[in-house]
Amino acid sequence: MALLQISEPGQSAAPHEHRLAVGIDLGTTNSLVATVRSGLAVVLSDEMGRPLLPSVVHYGAEGATEVGYGAQARQSVDPRNTVVSVKRFMGRGRADIAHIESMPYDFEDSPGMVKLRTVQGVKSPVEISADILAALRIRAEAALGGQLTGAVITVPAYFDDAQRQATKDAARLAGLNVLRLLNEPTAAAIAYGLDNGAEGIYAVYDLGGGTFDISILKLSKGVFQVLATGGDSALGGDDFDHRVFCWIIEQAKLTPVSPHDARLLQTRAREAKEYLTLHGEAPINAKLSTNEFVDLKLTSEVFNEISKTLVQKTLGPTRKALRDAGLAPEDVKGVVMVGGATRMPQIQKAVGDYFGQQPLNNLDPDKVVALGAAIQANLLAGNRAAGDDWLLLDVIPLSLGMETMGGLTEKIIPRNSTIPVARAQEFTTFKDGQSAMALHVVQGERELVSDCRSLARFELRGIPPMVAGAARIRVTFQVDADGLLSVTAREQITGHEARIEVKPSYGLTDDEVAAMLKDGFSHASDDAFRRALREAQVEAQRLIEAVQSALKDDAPLLSTLERAHIDACVAKLQAVMMGDDRRAIDGAMDGLNKATAEFAARRMNQSVQRALAGKNVSELES
Amino acid sequence: MAVTLTESAAKHVSNYIAKRGKGIGIRLGVKTSGCSGMAYKLEFADAAEPEDQVFESHGLKVLVDPRSLPYIDGTELDYAKEGLNEGFRFNNPNIKDQCGCGESFTV
Repeated sequence: MALLQISEPGQSAAPHEHRLAVGIDLGTTNSLVATVRSGLAVVLSDEMGRPLLPSVVHYGAEGATEVGYGAQARQSVDPRNTVVSVKRFMGRGRADIAHIESMPYDFEDSPGMVKLRTVQGVKSPVEISADILAALRIRAEAALGGQLTGAVITVPAYFDDAQRQATKDAARLAGLNVLRLLNEPTAAAIAYGLDNGAEGIYAVYDLGGGTFDISILKLSKGVFQVLATGGDSALGGDDFDHRVFCWIIEQAKLTPVSPHDARLLQTRAREAKEYLTLHGEAPINAKLSTNEFVDLKLTSEVFNEISKTLVQKTLGPTRKALRDAGLAPEDVKGVVMVGGATRMPQIQKAVGDYFGQQPLNNLDPDKVVALGAAIQANLLAGNRAAGDDWLLLDVIPLSLGMETMGGLTEKIIPRNSTIPVARAQEFTTFKDGQSAMALHVVQGERELVSDCRSLARFELRGIPPMVAGAARIRVTFQVDADGLLSVTAREQITGHEARIEVKPSYGLTDDEVAAMLKDGFSHASDDAFRRALREAQVEAQRLIEAVQSALKDDAPLLSTLERAHIDACVAKLQAVMMGDDRRAIDGAMDGLNKATAEFAARRMNQSVQRALAGKNVSELES
Repeated sequence: MAVTLTESAAKHVSNYIAKRGKGIGIRLGVKTSGCSGMAYKLEFADAAEPEDQVFESHGLKVLVDPRSLPYIDGTELDYAKEGLNEGFRFNNPNIKDQCGCGESFTV
């Protein structure tokens, strides 16, 4: 017997066609899965009612793989085959990982990403993350009673392309259809912003297990705009554990400990940290494999002291993000706390002191990201109410730009810009008296238009006759919340305007986007060379036209000999400019510039004399 | 006859409406589709239609359109938990047969 949920009016799904969507917070320390039930976002708990799934995977010798609390329990017994905080390894090489020397794993440094040797063979961080995601998928399917349509998975705002791609790959491996990757702070803002509906500038302070993100967001009329982001992809609650761990080693005067004992003490360190959230001091007791006993008391004063620099370390990026947004702490209307580590009283206090206000924490900081992701997933799966003017937050997968002279791409909106976005740039005419301009809208990362994807062409007409370079044509690229691109070209003097609308992502699959990105990276140096050549060619053409136009106007200023020399230089430049020898083009341009220097000076004098004719000194000074 | 809610269902519905921030009650109905001919409709109601039959149960308005009523008259809407799954269930005295999943039925 299926159990039904309440739908929005007119949105009842046909039988067996429920679009089940979940939001997944794939965290460093803990992961969560959430969904929207009868219009309400809820975190899905396991059979024992526990909402969190520890992001821990244990690979057993008999081929069994355990995820979550069961795996966590193995940490101190079998640290080498129990992987914690795998998120830190996603898309990372050995050199990128902090504290790698104190980790109990057997790393294999393979190109691009480290791998871990376990009793079940070599595992990549993608495979380990996939095991966590698969556990969440199974939980969600049990709780929702059917196959999932798709999932929104959150990633730190700081994740680069390799890390995002690794996350997507892991989801696919886990049998999940990724509707979208969503930045964690944005997900938190969705959970808070829409529920509370308050407008203004908000800071999202997200201190998770392994990453710190600060985002400055603007909420107005239900629209989110990301003003600035910052953070540290290697700073989190784990570092506080590590400080306590080091303090224990120092206080107990322990010599280097075995992997097993290190794991045990790290667990004790974390427990002490969590205990101090509600208590003034925490007992730390452990019996090591060497039969040594650790019996310590950590007071909150000492904990504050040893973790002070970590707390301070989060305020640096916070200051910078505010500066990037052109704002001061007092402009921020509310501070949203995300991540379990923000429960630490010293964090709450430091953030409160910096912003001069009590941070918002009325949603569970561990769940807020998953809840926001679930809301987004629900909408992306198509379960939205009629007339619900929701804004989809997304980034542009590939840069959008314009073709300029010589078949070069001028990027107007760089990829990964969050939408909605609008960017404008001014262009000018290339020839004297040019009355129309062809605009070619392209998408891609390559320097040459021929290597990018053409989206649309249109023309702007009615440009008043002017010398080359004098017209000012403002081209505005605007991508709305649905990913619809509109391009407007406006001649600034007459106000003539032309516009076109295109859907940039239409017809491009994820694989094609990935291929285009890869292409862009692998051809970067090749492209740079070709770009420089094209630029030289365009510059040469412009120079020849300028010289010819000047010759037409002011030929009498030159002697026959001078004129012949200039003509020869022009001919020489014309001869080399279509070849691919950039040096020859540059050389010929130099020659022509030198040959016309005197001519240019004379023209300048002549026009100054004309301007001054008939005026006296006092008139000029006024 | 009437269409009613169990106490547990009423509690969940009130909670969902409060969190949603609007709505006058819930609408129950049927539509013709699904593997066994008919399927249930369970939606928030923002406005009553003139022809709607309105029942009150545990202080909540339950709206049913007249074409659906013969098929679900006497139904009690319950809220149930099955393992990890939870949601609403129609206890409908009119049904003769239903598909294995219970999402669609015949009368």
